Amino acid sequence: MLGDQKSNCDSFWAPSCSLEVLQLRAQVYASIRAFFNSRCVLEVETPLLNQASGTEPTIQFFETHDQSRLKQQTLFLQTSPEFAMKRLLASGSGSIFQLAKAFRQGEVGRFHNPEFTLLEWYRIGFDLDALMNETADLLVHLLPSLAKQKTMKVTYQTIFNNAVGVDPLSASVTDFSIAAERFELPDAQSVCGQNRSAWLDFLFSCVVQPSLVSIPLVMVYDYPACQASLARLKENNPLVSERFEVFVSGVELGNGFYELSDPVEQRCRFDAEIAQREQSALPRAAKDQRLIAALEKGLPNCSGIALGIDRLLMLRAGVDDIAEVLSFGFERA
Amino acid sequence: MASYSTNEFKGGLKIMLDNDPCSIIENEFVKPGKGQAFSRVKIRNLKTGRVIERTFKSGESVEAADVVETDMQFLYYDGEFWHFMVPDTFEQYSAGENALGDAKMWLKDQDICTVTLWNGQPLSVMPPNFVELTITETDPGLKGDTSGGGGKPATLETGAVVRVPLFVQIGELIKVDTRKGEYVGRSKE
Repeated sequence: MLGDQKSNCDSFWAPSCSLEVLQLRAQVYASIRAFFNSRCVLEVETPLLNQASGTEPTIQFFETHDQSRLKQQTLFLQTSPEFAMKRLLASGSGSIFQLAKAFRQGEVGRFHNPEFTLLEWYRIGFDLDALMNETADLLVHLLPSLAKQKTMKVTYQTIFNNAVGVDPLSASVTDFSIAAERFELPDAQSVCGQNRSAWLDFLFSCVVQPSLVSIPLVMVYDYPACQASLARLKENNPLVSERFEVFVSGVELGNGFYELSDPVEQRCRFDAEIAQREQSALPRAAKDQRLIAALEKGLPNCSGIALGIDRLLMLRAGVDDIAEVLSFGFERA
Repeated sequence: MASYSTNEFKGGLKIMLDNDPCSIIENEFVKPGKGQAFSRVKIRNLKTGRVIERTFKSGESVEAADVVETDMQFLYYDGEFWHFMVPDTFEQYSAGENALGDAKMWLKDQDICTVTLWNGQPLSVMPPNFVELTITETDPGLKGDTSGGGGKPATLETGAVVRVPLFVQIGELIKVDTRKGEYVGRSKE
């Protein structure tokens, strides 16, 4: 064991990616900037270290303390640049994009690194369909393998039903549990319990997502209302939300929303999530009052999306571990 | 007892599952961007050798298994138990038939094996990758055949049977790869 650690120290000084991938990242950044520049979308920068945190119970933030003052202040590394960017939008920035680092505790795996790079952009006046089209344009621009491939758009309900054989919007927890047995996922019951959203995530990850591997580019839209996150509910069908996810060869690349702009609804969702965190004994979140104030001032109608740039580089470079596209993966950081 | 969070799961980690000691082969972290995190884990049951797949909620904790692998010298077989010794400390352990499994076909006195101990008791024994054993029985080969094509079965001093080339004879010492149960060559000794 000690021997292991020593040899780790000896070789772990070196980057976890090749020089080619380092250059590829620089090229991809340049292509992204050129793409948005040509569409008059402004590049912005927002703080990584913030006084408020995200509230989602499924995303764990890193917190740190500023001890230089008499009264110690808790600060949070952003889990996404969303809140700060929305404050810019409310201030009249117009359409904006950002290449930013985001930080999420405990997310380590082949497709996850606790510190990762997001491309997040917001388009004023875009509905979700317009944003899906722009996302497809950008991906074709960045991934040569997608040239001349058709973009598939399909609702969450259809793709879930096709793969799992159960309607995600109306099925009961019992229906989900029977489906899990059919797919020989015996632990599903103990992992998901009575939590509908957990059942959807579990079956989507274990059954639906593997079925997307053969599809070059697919946009899954109309996510169930219980998974709305920061999207609006659909006006004519409150069972679903104005959210989509984009998958390339089965790899989840991004989440797009027709953004919620109602401060009352936003506060309700924050409070519900904070209560849920408390119930699950998770670290306390600090509600972003400044985002709510910005929404009260008025967020223009817009759609926004965050794309995982490290995963995009994995697809582009044809590697299957995220560390191979990072200068120094988490183990070497 | 110590325990591990799923966040610490990695290949080689020993955990208790359904009261059996297990070794993690592979851990895949699964998480939709906005959704619940899971760990899909491939696990070998160290008692039965069976490989199973399990899913854990991320952050769940699992009891650690007190499993250590130690190199030991095989001393002797007393008709019921196989006896081993840790060369550095002279500590001795005896293992029954279940723990030996296929290893018993290859063990000769003084061979160094890897013994897996669970709570201080031998759970399994891995023979050396290569052993040298004497042939006790095999059909005489055809005179002049040195090609080695085809081959014939040969019984070794431990009772194991391997295929050997036709020119290899009774009384010869041969080298065997225990992972595949295959003849490697005549021993130089």
